[in-house]
Amino acid sequence: MTEKDILSLTAVGLGKKIKEKEVTVLEAVKAVMDQIKDMEPVLNSFVTVEEEYAFTQAEAVQKRIDAGELTGPLAGVPVAIKDNICVKDMKTTCSSNILADFVPTYTATAVDNLIKAGAIIIGKTNMDEFAMGSTTETSAFGPTKNPWNIEHVPGGSSGGSCAAVSASESYYALGSDTGGSIRQPASYCGVTGLKPTYGTISRYGLIAYGSSLDQIGPVAKDVTDCAAILEVLASHDPKDSTSVEREDYSFLDALTGEVKGLKVGIPADYLSEGLNEEVKEAVLKAAKILEEKGAVVETFDLGKVKYAIPAYYIIASAEASSNLSRFDGVKYGFRAKEYSGLHGMYKKSRSQGFGAEVKRRIMLGSFVLSSGYYDAYYIKALKTKALIKKSFDDAFAKYDVILGPTAPTTAPKLNESLSDTLKMYLGDIYTIAVNLAGLPGLSIPFGTDQKGLPVGLQLIGDCFQEKNILRAGFALEGEHGYVMPKTAQLAISGREEK
Amino acid sequence: MSKQYETVIGLEVHVELATKTKIFCSCSTEFGGAPNTHTCPVCTGMPGSLPVLNKQVVEYAMAVGLAANCKINQDSKFDRKNYFYPDNPQNYQISQLYLPICHDGYVEIDTSAGKKKIGIHEIHMEEDAGKLIHDEWDDCSLVDFNRSGVPLIEIVSEPDMRSGEEVNAYLEKLRLIIQYLGASDCKLQEGSMRADVNLSIREVGAKEFGTRTEMKNLNSFKAISRAIEGERKRQIELIEEGKMITQETRRWDDNKESSYAMRSKEDAKDYRYFPDPDLPPIVISDEWIKSIQDRQPELRTEKMARYQDVFNLSEYDADIITGSKHIADIFEAVTELCGKPKEVANWLMVEAMRLLKEHEMEPEKMCFSPENLAKLIQLVDNGTINRTVAKEVFERIFAENVDPEKYVEEKGLKVVNDEGQLRETIQGIIDANPQSVADYHSGKEKAMGFLVGQTMKAMKGKAGPALVNQIVKELLG
Repeated sequence: MTEKDILSLTAVGLGKKIKEKEVTVLEAVKAVMDQIKDMEPVLNSFVTVEEEYAFTQAEAVQKRIDAGELTGPLAGVPVAIKDNICVKDMKTTCSSNILADFVPTYTATAVDNLIKAGAIIIGKTNMDEFAMGSTTETSAFGPTKNPWNIEHVPGGSSGGSCAAVSASESYYALGSDTGGSIRQPASYCGVTGLKPTYGTISRYGLIAYGSSLDQIGPVAKDVTDCAAILEVLASHDPKDSTSVEREDYSFLDALTGEVKGLKVGIPADYLSEGLNEEVKEAVLKAAKILEEKGAVVETFDLGKVKYAIPAYYIIASAEASSNLSRFDGVKYGFRAKEYSGLHGMYKKSRSQGFGAEVKRRIMLGSFVLSSGYYDAYYIKALKTKALIKKSFDDAFAKYDVILGPTAPTTAPKLNESLSDTLKMYLGDIYTIAVNLAGLPGLSIPFGTDQKGLPVGLQLIGDCFQEKNILRAGFALEGEHGYVMPKTAQLAISGREEK
Repeated sequence: MSKQYETVIGLEVHVELATKTKIFCSCSTEFGGAPNTHTCPVCTGMPGSLPVLNKQVVEYAMAVGLAANCKINQDSKFDRKNYFYPDNPQNYQISQLYLPICHDGYVEIDTSAGKKKIGIHEIHMEEDAGKLIHDEWDDCSLVDFNRSGVPLIEIVSEPDMRSGEEVNAYLEKLRLIIQYLGASDCKLQEGSMRADVNLSIREVGAKEFGTRTEMKNLNSFKAISRAIEGERKRQIELIEEGKMITQETRRWDDNKESSYAMRSKEDAKDYRYFPDPDLPPIVISDEWIKSIQDRQPELRTEKMARYQDVFNLSEYDADIITGSKHIADIFEAVTELCGKPKEVANWLMVEAMRLLKEHEMEPEKMCFSPENLAKLIQLVDNGTINRTVAKEVFERIFAENVDPEKYVEEKGLKVVNDEGQLRETIQGIIDANPQSVADYHSGKEKAMGFLVGQTMKAMKGKAGPALVNQIVKELLG
């Protein structure tokens, strides 16, 4: 197979070809490494590329596949890991100066599960610093560009993971989603991203932002890949007390193409003010397709979700202010060069080590937890969270799937968002409520707008009902699905000409 | 002093639990390993690590709570207490503020004025911090995280105590309850039990409490007594001078026998407590509580009653024997083997206590096997050795856990009951002491005692005194 053919495969597609001995693991790794070399100077999807490690692993994994020890659908398939997920002996920075040289002593459970399935880790992807941001522009190591148009952002915070998959720098990637951080960049980059039900994938080894909302999830080219990857990632982990033992782990079973009788609700609030017309059209078009395939679609009032953004910023920031206090220059990470006394060391190390958005959220979080404000903010936010969960419970009493946009617009231009923080926060309006309620959410690509930028659809399911949204997503993606952006195609054909 | 004052005292007692592993990871809690050897990503606060609760900690906390007549919170939670300090790797301590595991209990103490109930406000679980070592030579500080994550319970009393005597009785009571439960060894000196004293002064009859201070760094019963007396005097003096008491935390310096202010309420830290999102609520079922209740061992009060009832020990003896769970355990094991409770009690109360005092040892350090003391009691009982020899043998048992049967055999300490050998020895002594024989015959009874004494000396104490007396009398005619 040519490198172009190899890179055009999905993760599951490549796994199959490797098993059929049409492609070797080494060829696959070489293909993504070549693509990385051509794309990285422009995109900056990666913080660290582990070329040597990847090639060594490729040989080892190939042997185990040949020996019949590795038989899973992802054996030998290259993967990129978001840089807030620990991999032993691999630099893990959270795209922050405070962890610029941090090398974990252990591997996250989710990554361990991938390694056991024969995945080849090729590197760590760029992100908003500590996953705080919606554009990957708060990274201390420079922004990632959107492969569809490098003047635009890839979204965030898993912008590096989504750009890498979009540009065929990797077959799939791990992201993390606290308020939309997988789904929103997946939507901006034209790839498929899944945030599973809270507790489905172990958080052990995920450097925490908002612990009660954080969830690792796959970023891939299509729904089949997402389902296959989820089967590998999902596990009950005794090292994570919030991890859940699930009854059913066979997500691929849901991909029948059949949606007859599926009850789909579209929240009227999700189609109102602030939503870009082209995105709205895409949602309505998807609704029509589902109806044509026999699903029952109606609009309804979701209720309390308009309070999701303030509740989210209070809860996530409160948890972050405590989670990030361990970065103090004492044990690991960055320590200021000159300081006087213990508190001087804390203050200087943290002032110099953290970026502006992280500091903003630490201050916000510390404030809402302060005595005298705790009840007015934090407790009220928790009550709001419970009400939002209740609204979804009521909705899922009637519907199997909630359909809506992933983001109000397609990808904005670089430098547009950070100047208006509030506007950036509002961009997460459709995704945030899903985290507050702990629900699974899937973003699938659904065509492009007039500017040629990808539009994303969001499918939300009830807790532990990933199969419903995977089923609906699989039925819809036949219409549009993954398209390799021009920049990535050009890089491949450029190499072929040589 | 014209006015009468009353001292009002409440205690916060930290107890290190005797679990094998830490509260949120599987590292060993063993004391004294090389620095940072009992550590993992969790107890060193590595990024991405998560806590998992050790169930044994919950069970110990429940057991202590039930023994202290507390209500169990069936929906309990952990909260984060946020503060920056290098001994605390996450810069927050996982503790319980809003929903502690136990609340509203009491223990009954004995004081010179009779029995008194001391209320328990709450008992909560938390993790210990690491240890900081300041290297003056290199002008740097080092952290040892071996102790980081060792489980603690904090027992918070109501302000129900009025004197140092009551405080000591309360601490003693807690110590015995917890030791009997096996939940901790409760050693103040070694820090497995630590007490902070909240103290205020008010005029006798006043309804309102005075402003209180909190005293830290008290690591012995004596230090606690001295600190209470010192703080009582300091506060009364201030009141008499018409000055205000400042609500503050004070550190007791037991060498100087005085305290100094660490921080006042105004600059008290805001710990920004909030529920730890990494740990789900601890849901405690009725069945779980019942299973702990059913497994509760016999506590001291019950044991004392049983010893008087079943073993016919006096109240005094039962009190002393049960004063240490370890001694009570030895008492029961030895009694089981030899069936002579009174004898066992005597050995433990007289000889064992004397040796403990002599060696300045904690009763818990006593480690001879019950079999050996039981054998010793048998040896005395069947006349194989006499009491003088037995005391000597007990010292060897106490020090080296020797087998008394073998020891007596090897050292030839058995009472000599061979009449022929005795007769020979006594005849020799009579022959060598004609003056004493003459004295005896002239009616001096004392002379007989001398000859018996000489015989015992020659026999190195191993002769049966009755037999010696009989033969001496016979040979003197």
